[in-house]
Amino acid sequence: MNDHILEMKFITKEFPGVKALDEVSFSVKRGEIHCLVGENGAGKSTLMKVLSGVYPFGEYTGEIYLNGVEQKFSGINDSKKAGIAIIYQELALIPEMSVYENIFLGHEISNNGIAVNWNETIKQATEMLKKVRLNVNPATKVKDLGVGKQQLIEIAKALTQDVKLLILDEPTSSLNEDDCENLFELLRDLKKHGVTSILISHKLKEVINIGDTVTVLRDGRTISTLDAHKGEVSENVLIKQMVGREINNIYPPRRKAVGNEVVLEVKNLNAYNPRIGRDVLKDINFNIKKGEIVGFAGLVGSGRTELALSLFGNPVGYQIEGELYINGKKKKFNHPRQAIKAGVAYVTEDRKGNGLILIQDVKQNISLANLDRVSMRGVVNENSEFTIATEYKDALDIRTPSIEQKVLNLSGGNQQKVSVAKWLFVDPEILILDEPTRGIDVGAKYEIYTIMNRLAEEGKSIIMISSELPEILGMSDRIYVVSSGRISGEMPVEEATQEKIMHMATN
Amino acid sequence: MSFYGDLKKIIKSNIREYGMYIALLAIFIFFTVATNGIFISSRNISNLLNQTGYIAVLAVGMTLVIVIRHIDLSVGFLAGFLGAVAAIALTQWNLPVFVVIPLVMALGIVAGLVTAFPVAQMGIPSFVASLAGWLIYRGLLLLVTLRTGTIIIPNDTYNAIGNGFIPDFPEISFLPGMHKITLLIGVIAVILNIVGEIKNRKNKIAYNFEVVPMNMFIVKLIVISAIILGITWVLAGYNGLSWTVVIMLAVVMVYHYVTTKTVLGRYIYAIGGNPEAAELSGIDVKKMTFMVFGSMGMMAALSGILFSSRLQSATTTAGSLFEMDAIAAAYIGGVSAAGGVGKVTGSLIGALVMTSLTSGMNLMGIDISSQYVVRGMVLLLAVIFDVATRRASK
Repeated sequence: MNDHILEMKFITKEFPGVKALDEVSFSVKRGEIHCLVGENGAGKSTLMKVLSGVYPFGEYTGEIYLNGVEQKFSGINDSKKAGIAIIYQELALIPEMSVYENIFLGHEISNNGIAVNWNETIKQATEMLKKVRLNVNPATKVKDLGVGKQQLIEIAKALTQDVKLLILDEPTSSLNEDDCENLFELLRDLKKHGVTSILISHKLKEVINIGDTVTVLRDGRTISTLDAHKGEVSENVLIKQMVGREINNIYPPRRKAVGNEVVLEVKNLNAYNPRIGRDVLKDINFNIKKGEIVGFAGLVGSGRTELALSLFGNPVGYQIEGELYINGKKKKFNHPRQAIKAGVAYVTEDRKGNGLILIQDVKQNISLANLDRVSMRGVVNENSEFTIATEYKDALDIRTPSIEQKVLNLSGGNQQKVSVAKWLFVDPEILILDEPTRGIDVGAKYEIYTIMNRLAEEGKSIIMISSELPEILGMSDRIYVVSSGRISGEMPVEEATQEKIMHMATN
Repeated sequence: MSFYGDLKKIIKSNIREYGMYIALLAIFIFFTVATNGIFISSRNISNLLNQTGYIAVLAVGMTLVIVIRHIDLSVGFLAGFLGAVAAIALTQWNLPVFVVIPLVMALGIVAGLVTAFPVAQMGIPSFVASLAGWLIYRGLLLLVTLRTGTIIIPNDTYNAIGNGFIPDFPEISFLPGMHKITLLIGVIAVILNIVGEIKNRKNKIAYNFEVVPMNMFIVKLIVISAIILGITWVLAGYNGLSWTVVIMLAVVMVYHYVTTKTVLGRYIYAIGGNPEAAELSGIDVKKMTFMVFGSMGMMAALSGILFSSRLQSATTTAGSLFEMDAIAAAYIGGVSAAGGVGKVTGSLIGALVMTSLTSGMNLMGIDISSQYVVRGMVLLLAVIFDVATRRASK
């Protein structure tokens, strides 16, 4: 048992009305990469919060041993001191500060205890950047770097403090494939230097790719701990254990009903973003037919979200040229409101940032974009709002104790369903889904796919922006590939392969 | 569950909302005891409510401004300035009252829109934009009162707004010395409240929604009825309802309705909760920002009218620190600085807390310096309580 760096025994953590963790036991061997998987709400994040002291000793029951010594953390500072570093999905960097300031934030280097020794800081920061294999000037402001690079800076920050156990909470959900591979290389590298990692992820392929051991949680219990080197881990096995049922087909079948009428057509669209002073879209031409699901593939930052926003009333304020036709009629939207009126809906990629109003309840979020439907002469009829919101909750199987629950308290998958419900409530003809399954579990993904299929069968047209190639291939009728603000390829799904798309996306 | 168990549960789950009312009650009881009952006398309560008027209407407007994550520092001197404009319009331009009041209110709306312009169109922080307004209106107030100094307003109709009371039946032998229309209004309010609540409850049951247990429902009705009757009884013992109170209640009722029942209200709170999400949901955030600041300007005008009419004059320093009292009242009333949270009824209670403290301490003969310290500490305690209960409810 001595080769375990971490042992958590019979951890139970209750929230009012919910048992989030039910006697979970979790052991990590020294020097391994241990993956933790499970559906949203399975208890992964809660377990890591117990480990890192966010929920201090006394708020949970059970025992934590680090290197064989029992630990009773009373806060995150205790766990940091013990060598545990946790990197969350939402990065904790200060965007306006430079890379080196961020790396040493909170433990600045000083000779006399008063003034910071910036030269030494920059020197050490440069070494740290080399360690995480990031080739940027340490004086760069963090806001000017991509998410992938920011993540590496977070890791560098953790490494300055002699970390023994590195926890990454869904590090790859917003990374493109290159950045992911880069990150994994780094984790393997760190492993060689004796750093143990715990990786929480929804992407089973990467779990299989990098994990030495995989622990599956479901409904707050440990289901199994599998050894990858003994061939116990496969996608089917993991999915089965995570959901407790076998999903034979990740992508539900659809009765294809693509019509001939072009519902939306974009001609020669160019967009310039004055805030960053560059073109974000160049010569975009595409169309969508009735009942069609069109996939927009491409790397993160290739311009797909910018494209969606340009169609959806341009809330960011790009300078736009080009023509937009809906059902053959030329349109120009200056505000999302006009786009919504014309039957376009946009489910954002960032549900917490600009999708939902977290401090409001489920029903208020669902009704917000189309309050007119439940109001008379400007007065909201709360009874019919309640009734309709309940219908959507049932139709989309949003799991919440009540539709008067604040969205804040729902799991990621259920938040995403609220976000989708909100836009179904406006009854759009064209639905733009931007990364519709980011950061949500397999079961919820399947449900989102089912909803998409149902809509397409009803004759709605769907634009699906996704960074996950299997999803693009599994769901689309036709695929556009976006690269550096241009459309670099178009193909029907029958002709598409992952390799072909990646080739166009990186071109 | 037992009666007390239900009561405890309901109070506990609504502690944040009821906390303010309980605090206000505690303040009332404390000062009543400390002043041997003078505090609760009809005359004092009537005065206290009249003093609350011009801060309460500002606090109501400010609530919406803070809800959409902005602030307006200019409204104190704007109120002072518009009060002076009203005085000049009455005394120098010889305009009738019924022209002056809408004119001044319209000017208030314009002033609010002017403050909103740099905020909504150019993204300038409202703190800075309204600080500029604070300086400008202070200057304008001094400018218009420069020649004359304090402007006396000799118009009885206008002065009745801040000092007058609603008329009564001619004196009859029934309930001598009491203001009978005030009592009648109290009784009507109680009946309307009971009928409305019962209708609402029936409606909810028809839709299969959750409702509070019957016994708690009855307790709630009795408590609210008792409060309404208590206040009207106390007021009826002096001169009855003042016009200021009527105006204040009307403003609170209209704003309460708009914020809780209408699409407009939903949009305001959605913007406060998440402006980007609101914009993407088709809400015109700019337009709403203009509307909220416009309403704030209108409330500043009303505040200026109430204050100048109460003093029967426009002074060179009118409106000083009104904005701070209004902001404090809103925070005491549970408005969140992070935006998206807060009720206008809460802000009314907050304003009442502030004026009750002033009134009570004045009666006790506590000097003004200590009064500021006490009021500061109450503000701090209220906000700490709010944050603590908010965290607990998470």
